[in-house]
Amino acid sequence: MPLRQNPLGEVKVPLAWTAAVALIVAVIIGAAMLLSDRRETFQTEAYGTARQAVDAVSAPVGGVVAKPGEWTGDILGWFGSYFFTAGENRRLKKEMVLLQQQADEAVRLRDENERLRAMLGVRTDPPIDMVTARIVADSRGPLANYRLANVGSEKGVMIGFPVLSERGLVGRVVGVSRGASKVLLLTDAASKTPVMIDRTNARAILTGDGGPNPKLDYLRSRDPIRAGDRVLTSGDGGVLPRGLPVGRVVKGLDGRWRVVLDTDSDSIDWVRIMKFRDYAQLVDRKALEQTQLPPVITENPDDRILKARPTPPAAAPSPSATPPTASPASPPRPATPAPAGGGR
Amino acid sequence: MSFSAARPLDPWRWIGVPALLCMGFTILFAAPIRVFGLQLPEPVFPMVCAFGWAVIRPSILAPFTLLVLGAFLDLFWGGALGLWGVSLLVAYAGALFMRNMLTGQSRPMMWAWYAAMCGVALATGYLITMLDVKAAPSLIAVLWQFLATSLLYPFAHRLIDRFEGADVRFR
Repeated sequence: MPLRQNPLGEVKVPLAWTAAVALIVAVIIGAAMLLSDRRETFQTEAYGTARQAVDAVSAPVGGVVAKPGEWTGDILGWFGSYFFTAGENRRLKKEMVLLQQQADEAVRLRDENERLRAMLGVRTDPPIDMVTARIVADSRGPLANYRLANVGSEKGVMIGFPVLSERGLVGRVVGVSRGASKVLLLTDAASKTPVMIDRTNARAILTGDGGPNPKLDYLRSRDPIRAGDRVLTSGDGGVLPRGLPVGRVVKGLDGRWRVVLDTDSDSIDWVRIMKFRDYAQLVDRKALEQTQLPPVITENPDDRILKARPTPPAAAPSPSATPPTASPASPPRPATPAPAGGGR
Repeated sequence: MSFSAARPLDPWRWIGVPALLCMGFTILFAAPIRVFGLQLPEPVFPMVCAFGWAVIRPSILAPFTLLVLGAFLDLFWGGALGLWGVSLLVAYAGALFMRNMLTGQSRPMMWAWYAAMCGVALATGYLITMLDVKAAPSLIAVLWQFLATSLLYPFAHRLIDRFEGADVRFR
């Protein structure tokens, strides 16, 4: 039909109004996206396909983009080591003396620890496998603090695995795709990590807020903390293993206890992903599942009722008397345990 | 290809190319580079588009492109999906609402208005994050990102300058 014959052909909507309607529709779509998002549920299916696809594409692109930075860092490092070799040598010699003393002390403590463990019969945890990964992208804004590592499901990385640098805990994996893992940093506003103060064993929750120094919330015990105390993971809740180094306590400008992370001074290009799911992986699950429960002898309720009923006086059996309808008492039967792994 | 303002507005030129440039710069600035212990800043590059497009002229395509840019930021930076989409659209709506007042103002005044819109976008993002994670993000960290984003006004000015007079209906 030609435009001139169209009854709506003369109708003209001002562009400003149409643009306003488009804006409102876009805001509604954005709000719907917000409401439907299921970030931070630590479920594989919640980390949607779109996020996995973006991570999988971003990892190689980020790797290429980060290359000039790496080269620059290498060149600066080379110049630094060339010009400051004498000073660094003196510093390293001092450090070596201190470390030698600490190493001697560590040998003594390890020996004592092993003897005490042997006396108490404590079973030590087996070592946990690690995967080394390179960081290829880094978001550090106040609303999201993530890093993208270039190792993913092909190396067995799973959601929830802790991530460490050479000095301490960095965060944990919240998204995995092929060739990429997204790491939620301890500084992210959504990050909450159970920690303990090394000196007093006091428990707290390390809560990120987008700044460089996350705060310590829900501190327990009396006078639990001093500036400079070491902070370690507590292992509470089974999300992280116990004893991973986190940082040192400082008093923040806002008067709250905060933590200077050990990883602050690190180079941020390499991390180790610890293949730790929960404490269940530290035990022999197959042996646990094969355990047979002992048979339980139960009483037959019919037998108990019949025994409890008063018996009538004995009478001479008449030929017309009907035989008793009650079945004879059956012998007690053992309860059969449910097969392993079924009916939980 | 010429970018002269005498030509009529082509959506690809004034919406498509700036959007792609914003995505490219976002990826570039996400490189994990640390020089002398300092990291790169993390400005919100699509704020340039949100402000510039609103000042140039009302458009049907611009809000949806901002939504796509916001979704890209959320997926790339790892925020809640829709966080930056809504934040950018709120800033865009603010600039669009005040468009008549903004047109023809001096460059420092436009910079101040741009900074105000950056503040609106970050305040929206702050509120959404607070509701999402039930914790208040650090105001100091927000202030750093606000400063880094505000410094991008020269790019917004260039965008406005190039396309402001292209559509005679909205001069």
